[in-house]
Amino acid sequence: MSEVSSSSQWPLWEVFTQPPGGGPHEHAGSVHAPDAELALQNARDTYTRRGEAVSIWVVPSDAIVASSPGDAGPFFEPGNEKPYRHPQFYKVPRGVKVF
Amino acid sequence: MDRTRAPQQDPAAENPEKLAEFEARLGRGETIEPKDWMPERYRKQLVRMMSQHAHSEVVGMLPEGNWITRAPSLRRKLTLLAKVQDEAGHGLYIYCGTETLGVDRSELIGQLLAGKAKYSSIFNYPTLTWADMGAIGWLVDGAAIVNQTVLAKTSYGPYARAMIRICKEENFHKRQGYEIMSTLAAGTPAQQRMAQDALNRWWWPSLMMFGPSDKDSPNTGELLRWRVKRFSNDELRRRFVNLTVPQAKAIGLRIPDPDLKYNAATKDWEFGAIDWEEFFQVIKGNGPCNAERLAARRDAHEQGAWVRAAAEAYAARHSARSAA
Repeated sequence: MSEVSSSSQWPLWEVFTQPPGGGPHEHAGSVHAPDAELALQNARDTYTRRGEAVSIWVVPSDAIVASSPGDAGPFFEPGNEKPYRHPQFYKVPRGVKVF
Repeated sequence: MDRTRAPQQDPAAENPEKLAEFEARLGRGETIEPKDWMPERYRKQLVRMMSQHAHSEVVGMLPEGNWITRAPSLRRKLTLLAKVQDEAGHGLYIYCGTETLGVDRSELIGQLLAGKAKYSSIFNYPTLTWADMGAIGWLVDGAAIVNQTVLAKTSYGPYARAMIRICKEENFHKRQGYEIMSTLAAGTPAQQRMAQDALNRWWWPSLMMFGPSDKDSPNTGELLRWRVKRFSNDELRRRFVNLTVPQAKAIGLRIPDPDLKYNAATKDWEFGAIDWEEFFQVIKGNGPCNAERLAARRDAHEQGAWVRAAAEAYAARHSARSAA
């Protein structure tokens, strides 16, 4: 039996849970587990004790590719500089009450 | 690397431009996320607060675990078991949040088991009667909810999100405890005495849960400025007292404080002096149960070793099979 057995040397998994009612999977937190199957079980016990989820994804944390906060300005610029993608950009004539 | 003993840095000397940007973001009410630049002091303060908080959840299972086998009915046993299980989950949420700051959970747990970590002083008091289960749920979880409701708006994203999850779950803890207290308070004279005795013993330690008075709380100013804390210890303690006094009256229990009086002008319940000497003694490790709690925690960790080893062996066999 391993003497240095320590649960936190186990790989880290990010947990995403989908609520009942059709919402998208959302990040819930993380768990340590030696493999995917136990990661799912740990995620269930840790993040869904009250029927919060109908589905769980676990993803090895190091498999996640994230945008970098330092580049957030230029990275999101293409979306931020286009106000005409929002309905508020457009004028509706005064007489129209319900649109 | 010993992260707990790095010299105190002046945040402005670290990187004045980034610090200004950081504080401007906080000023706009933005949350700070793990990969964002943050002053080393901010990171350290969060590791300190979050790890103490996580340890408190874990050690907090022990005083109540003491009564699971002796709960007076199956309903009480089920609910107490569920509450204690929640505390384990809460510890995990916060350890997981703390790991986003670059510390390893095993390092933090190692500090706890070695007796080097702090946790809430309240868990070093003994649970002598069944009424203590009522007092803990009502007062200790009640105090924790006051504290955590505010922490749900703390500036560090992972901590705030863990708090939101915890607050949702802890309302049941408080109700569970208050139900026990109100049942005993409406019971036989012996049950009423038991409820009052539990309130007498848990009241002052519950007030101490909010930490030292503002004038003796060296970290508060910086924590408020960085929106780690939103209100001072004394302010939160005042809120808790105002919430709790009417709840005690409603079930016919007396708050054990001869100086307690209502101030109609401020609408506050003003309370007597807290014995801070007792608080600092318990924090230093001289409380009634400090040694017992740590010993129980170490035993649990050692006795759980076979479960961790089995999980590893199971995972190893599975990966060997799928490779074959």
